[in-house]
Amino acid sequence: MTVTPGWYMALAAALFVIGAAGILLRRNALVMFMSVELMLNAVNLTFVAAGRELNVIDGQVSVLFVMVVAAAEVVVGLAIIVAVFRRRQTASVDELAELRG
Amino acid sequence: MGTLVTLALLLPLGGTVVLALVGRRLPEPLAGIIATLTVAGSFACVAVAAADFFAGTGEAVVVSWFEWFPAFGVEAAFRFDQLSALMTLVVTGVGALIHLYSIGYMHGDPRFGQFFTYLNLFIVSMLILVLADNFAVMFVGWELVGLCSYLLISFWFERETAAAAGKKAFVVNRVGDVGFIVALMIVFASFGTFEFGEVFESAPSVLSTGTATAIGLLLMLGAAGKSAQLPLYVWLPDAMEGPTPVSALIHAATMVTAGVYLVARTGAIFELAPVAAGVVAIVGAATALFAATIAVAQTDIKRVLAYSTISQLGYMFMGVGAAAYVAGLFHLMTHAFFKALLFLGAGSVIHGMHDEQDMRKMGGLARRLPVTFITMAIAWLAISGIPPFAGFWSKDEILGTVFERGGLWTVIWGVGIVTALITAFYMTRMMWLTFFGAPRWEDGVHPHESPRVMTVPLMALAVLSAIGGLVNTPFRTALEHFLEPVFSAVHLAHPPEGTTAWVLAGVSVVAAVAGIALAAMRYRDRIPAEQGAGWRLLGRGYYVDDVYGQVFARAGKLGAAWLAFRFDSRGIDGAVEGVGSMTRRAGSWLRPLQTGFVRSYAVAIVFGAVALLAWFLSRGAL
Repeated sequence: MTVTPGWYMALAAALFVIGAAGILLRRNALVMFMSVELMLNAVNLTFVAAGRELNVIDGQVSVLFVMVVAAAEVVVGLAIIVAVFRRRQTASVDELAELRG
Repeated sequence: MGTLVTLALLLPLGGTVVLALVGRRLPEPLAGIIATLTVAGSFACVAVAAADFFAGTGEAVVVSWFEWFPAFGVEAAFRFDQLSALMTLVVTGVGALIHLYSIGYMHGDPRFGQFFTYLNLFIVSMLILVLADNFAVMFVGWELVGLCSYLLISFWFERETAAAAGKKAFVVNRVGDVGFIVALMIVFASFGTFEFGEVFESAPSVLSTGTATAIGLLLMLGAAGKSAQLPLYVWLPDAMEGPTPVSALIHAATMVTAGVYLVARTGAIFELAPVAAGVVAIVGAATALFAATIAVAQTDIKRVLAYSTISQLGYMFMGVGAAAYVAGLFHLMTHAFFKALLFLGAGSVIHGMHDEQDMRKMGGLARRLPVTFITMAIAWLAISGIPPFAGFWSKDEILGTVFERGGLWTVIWGVGIVTALITAFYMTRMMWLTFFGAPRWEDGVHPHESPRVMTVPLMALAVLSAIGGLVNTPFRTALEHFLEPVFSAVHLAHPPEGTTAWVLAGVSVVAAVAGIALAAMRYRDRIPAEQGAGWRLLGRGYYVDDVYGQVFARAGKLGAAWLAFRFDSRGIDGAVEGVGSMTRRAGSWLRPLQTGFVRSYAVAIVFGAVALLAWFLSRGAL
């Protein structure tokens, strides 16, 4: 069996859906964060797969950008989550609702 | 020559700037001395620059400082020709004397430096006005003198009447300015330029009689505002609230003559519009008579002179309206001398009487203020039209020229002669009430002569009032010759010659002597009560102020109140506050959307993404 680009896309879609479901269903900010990373990497997978298929470098370039942004995001996000946890002894996003209208 | 003109403008401007910056910190006389010196220096520059004109060899020069409105081809340019030379000499010459006088008069005023700042700024403004080479620059000067007038009339703004008088002058002048601005628009629409030379040269071929008449009448409206002619004269009597040197400088000798200068400068347009020129002359004659009758019944020494100024300006308008531009400008010049002298003399009297202005409380001052008395007596004879003093020659030239034009102009001449008689009457009345008869001073008043710094300008002006008229007599028309190049394109009306001239001069002199004699007999040994209805009518200036107050001021106040309390607080504020409250209400509707639950936002994002995806798919774009 040869691995065609379709398989990569299917895998990426599956990963993306798992990530999205994690975002929607889990309450722990840390887990939601991991789900976000999952979605980002699902997208990265489509980029490199499509880039290889079309024989252009752009896909890989984009992935590098996404990884850099994701790393930065993790740094900031984790710091916030840790700070919130220290203050409130919880990381549940449902309890962090101070900014509601 | 161009450099000198620039310097003449920059000197008082520099004085203004310096005084505005450090005037408050300078010791008292120094601020006045700086101001006086800059104006005197300006006079010297102009005098040197005009030397060629006196020799009869000079050509008009135009100095352009910079391009101002390139789109309209307007430059900040100044024209120095015989006409502006005459005006600048009068402005800076008389101005310097009045500056000098002010050093004494304003002694001890807490805002001494500020006064001279304004006074210098006024000289700059007036120079811009008379030196302008195009209508746009002239308008700048025109408005600046209006501003200075406002600042100086209400200089003692702690007094409510002074503040109100300043406002009145400003508002009434605005009415006239509307005419000026509209005239400028028509000029630009017709000629495509504001430049004097081009406009006047091409006027005969470009302007139809109708357009020329419209421009002329609108310019006249502007001139009537600035020069206090009917029906816009009402600000000038109130302007006497300002310090007396201001009255002398602005409201007698210089600024109010701007209208006369305007008509003379635009003579080429008025020549194409005989109707407008006629209106100028009629307004002048009517104003002359009207104001003279009011002056008869005034008890405040400065108000007599104020109405007298309006009346004399009427003469000038009579002259320029009759195309006797030289005569009108001649009277402008002599009037600047003797009226400045009269005002400064009155200031000296007021100073000596401890700020008393009511002539009924004066009397017998001739011996106490000898210098003031003698100099004012010369001005009195000059304004009354007694030869050989200055006023006689100029007034007679105007009247003679008007008479020479014949027809209906004879009526205007008649009005002028009657006015001359009344002028002599009220001036004599003023002199008698002030200087002769028994003292009627209030207790504790010890009249004293003014210091040297005030009497020296009086003496200088007295000399000018006495012999200034000799520059243009029927025997030696030097001024006419001097101004000829400026009016080369205009058909000047000329005074009569031979027997007619002698007869007319005789009539004027008889009128003047009769006026003096009547007043002298009436006031020689007693002060008539002057109480009747007629006196009240004249004393209140025919109640014109009251009517204007009821009609225009009240309507204006009502309109302003409606704008302030209805239109602004409901209309404008309502709209502004409406936008605010609408935003607030929209916000309170939309608030519940922000639940604060991160996962509900995530759901919204997912649904949004799905919806977008569905939309793209349905369009078959993917």
